[in-house]
Amino acid sequence: MDRVAIVGIGQTKHAACRKEVSYAELVYEAVTLALKDAGIGISEIDNIVTTSNDFWDGRTISCMATGDVSGGYDKNISCVEGDGTFGAFYGLTRILSGSYGTTLVTAYSKGSESVSSLITNAAFDPIYMRCLGLDMVSACALQARRYLSRYGISEEDCALVSVKNHGNALDNPNAQLGMKLTVKDVMNSRMIASPLKLYDISPISDGACAIVLAREDRARKITDKPVWVKGVSFCADAYLLGDRDLSECRALEKAAGAAYKMAGIRNLKKEIDLAEIYDAFSYQELLWTEGLGFCEKGEGGKLIADGATAKDGDIPVNPSGGLLGAHPVIAAGLIRIAEAALQIRGDAGAMQIKKDVRNALAHGVNGVCGQSHCVWILGQN
Amino acid sequence: MAKRAAIVGTGQTHHRSIRRDVNGQELINEAVTRALADAELTIDDIDGVVIGNMDHFEGINYVDCWSIDGSGGYLKPTIKLTTGGTTGATVAIAGYHLVASGMFEKLLVIGWEKNSESDTTGAIITCSDPVIDRVVFAGAVAGLALEAQAYMHRYGATPKDAARVSVRDRRHACNNPYAHLRQEITVEEVLNSPILSDPLRLHDMCPRTDGACAVIYASEDVAEKITPKPAWVLATANRHMYSDFTDVLDVSSLHSMVGASRELWQKLNIREPLKEVDVIELYQPYSWAGIIWIEDMGLCPKGEGPRLLWDGVTDMGGELPINPSGGVIATNPIGATGLIRCAETVLQIQGKAEARQVPDVKLGVATGFGGCFWTDMIAFGSKKPN
Amino acid sequence: MGDFWSDAEAIIHESCIKVPYSWQAGETASYFLTQLRDEGKIWGKKCPCCKKVLVPPRKSCPFCFVATDQWTEVSDEGVVESFTVVRRDTIIQPKKAPFAYALIRLDGADTGLVHVLGEVEPEAVREGMRVKAVLADDRKGSLLDIAHFKPVGS
Ligand SMILES: [Zn+2]
Repeated sequence: MDRVAIVGIGQTKHAACRKEVSYAELVYEAVTLALKDAGIGISEIDNIVTTSNDFWDGRTISCMATGDVSGGYDKNISCVEGDGTFGAFYGLTRILSGSYGTTLVTAYSKGSESVSSLITNAAFDPIYMRCLGLDMVSACALQARRYLSRYGISEEDCALVSVKNHGNALDNPNAQLGMKLTVKDVMNSRMIASPLKLYDISPISDGACAIVLAREDRARKITDKPVWVKGVSFCADAYLLGDRDLSECRALEKAAGAAYKMAGIRNLKKEIDLAEIYDAFSYQELLWTEGLGFCEKGEGGKLIADGATAKDGDIPVNPSGGLLGAHPVIAAGLIRIAEAALQIRGDAGAMQIKKDVRNALAHGVNGVCGQSHCVWILGQN
Repeated sequence: MAKRAAIVGTGQTHHRSIRRDVNGQELINEAVTRALADAELTIDDIDGVVIGNMDHFEGINYVDCWSIDGSGGYLKPTIKLTTGGTTGATVAIAGYHLVASGMFEKLLVIGWEKNSESDTTGAIITCSDPVIDRVVFAGAVAGLALEAQAYMHRYGATPKDAARVSVRDRRHACNNPYAHLRQEITVEEVLNSPILSDPLRLHDMCPRTDGACAVIYASEDVAEKITPKPAWVLATANRHMYSDFTDVLDVSSLHSMVGASRELWQKLNIREPLKEVDVIELYQPYSWAGIIWIEDMGLCPKGEGPRLLWDGVTDMGGELPINPSGGVIATNPIGATGLIRCAETVLQIQGKAEARQVPDVKLGVATGFGGCFWTDMIAFGSKKPN
Repeated sequence: MGDFWSDAEAIIHESCIKVPYSWQAGETASYFLTQLRDEGKIWGKKCPCCKKVLVPPRKSCPFCFVATDQWTEVSDEGVVESFTVVRRDTIIQPKKAPFAYALIRLDGADTGLVHVLGEVEPEAVREGMRVKAVLADDRKGSLLDIAHFKPVGS
């Protein structure tokens, strides 16, 4: 298989409300930064994959708004609906198919423009579920309770994730919610849907991200610090919440297994130096670290309590602050790819972890309670 | 290494104005089951699922996740694409790249829509920019009426010319057991049907339909083991060049079709598409497109489309039959419509199109139209590409 | 942010998209919902392959991709497998906070059903608690024809 690298990265400043720009202008900001980072012009972009979601934008064919600001005029272009990691996956295959030498991938959300509970309620089946009034927060609360109870993980263990990631976000110039918190602050924050409290829940942000993917020959010409795509896979679980055991994440295990295999990763602990994962809620970082195989099932709480996922730990998780630090919904996974790639390049600034980052993992999610996962393994060589 | 990829199986529902007996997931399941049966595969053979529709027609967010009950995507990679009317063609192009990348061997691609569940126009006007376009200019019919007016003004064509297109496709649809509207109409009936937006009348326009389509892609490693006649993807090209309807100034041509078709013919090394292509399934949401867009595609010089129509060149038995299936004028489950164009082209190449079969099809082209006057194109051939 | 912006007024264009929907339940869900409405009964459908009784019923099994073939009545009582007490109001929730959602496994079913709990103090809700469906007085063919689930014995 041809090798493909990330050769350009751009993201906006993420904030609760970026009212000085429309969402198309937000995308343009990220694209401009990614091209600048790559040191190329739009003419060197062979094709484009945008990522968007009609519900978050209040607009049918929402990708109509972001084609021209992604440089799509008179070029081959497509649009994935879902998390940015899925958009990037399609962008990757458009190079591997031999059709294009470079792909620009964009993703964005302007959460400030609508009501998240209404939008996420629309993810529930209109016949069997929607009348119950569930949204992402109340559904994930059911998952959190099930996971915590099954393994005896405490709400304080989850609070540690919030403390870590909001703290890490202080070092991230693009983050929305950098905060110095204590476990007590999290435990005392307002109960939203038990066991989830305010600081267990990621914000909904305005922001965009863009990356440039390039085939090896093009990548070598563009940059002397290519970040190689070594393994990637995605997988979906059953739909209705009652069809799954919510304390398990079989789809993630499958996606991760396939990505590790493709990347030739045999010993996770030795070979993966860092992970940027989809912590929409504090408990999710623990559950996903289990699904990714960083620890045994039910050991996610112990993993963070031992400091393994801290910035100076064995396997730092979300040194950028993750989604708890900023969560422009559809862009969230693409930002994980961007942050992981910056760490590999050594360009993560104050977020840069101490050890050399040879391989890093990035992770994105679609749907409710982590129904569908996408896992990327990126590397120096 | 990149792989060659082909469609090896197709399935579609019997398209109807309303399917009360099934919900969306069940409609999807019908098409998937038929595609698997056609390829003589089971769901266990499938490595991944690509699905597309237009969100606000059913009001379901994260359709990739919701559709698992019907698609068979349980514990498989599942990805959703959506680009408006082009969606069906967009998922077909995605299916090609995913398999050609070498990362999937057998891939299921689905397009579907249950247009009866919502107010199609109410949903589609929200595609326009909320601050500028939506306030002044929106909706599918108005934009197309503008194109027809501009073309008439510039080239002297008449509504009667356009009516000839509807007559052709409705006649063709009678040969297609899956088509939604299966009654012939006359030029007079088209010209006397209720006016919608001058010069467009009811029978110039596509219907809204409940329906789903599924196709199975296979890589070169297995395609010929699955079917003796895979339909190989020879080339794809698309243009989504505008963001606002007010960006489109010269509307007497479909610029995206001009750009995409030039790229496609170049990739295929085709100089005279009228002579070299054997069949076209054109995403033609209204009659005038059957004239204007085939000119933009380069089948004839600008202004000569009506002559091609009246001479029967694009009829069954003509030099280049267009829409043997009856096309979009007869059947339009929007998110499936572009994929149905591909499935019908594949049937032609496989020689499985029964009453609507064009003899000896070696090269067929399917198109998609949607969004802001966008075009997607995909060429299928009977011969494995080099 | 350009210099110009510092003097410009931020216009916020308030809007709302309104699309009416009429979702067709299909034959399988229609049977389930009419039985719930008219008889107050809860039916599942059994998969011939994995033998799971799916509640709510599906025309085909999501796990096995085969048509389900056997209607099976399940109990209106079951066990709370997980729950959350919602403390904030949204415009879509059917009850005023605080109230509890629960993932309930009905006796005789192999999948879980999400619903709301009633006739119970939120603080008293526990996993493993046995609950029973309470039918709504005015039933319309919706999952809310079950008004809520209440603790058994209350
Ligand atoms: Zn089963």
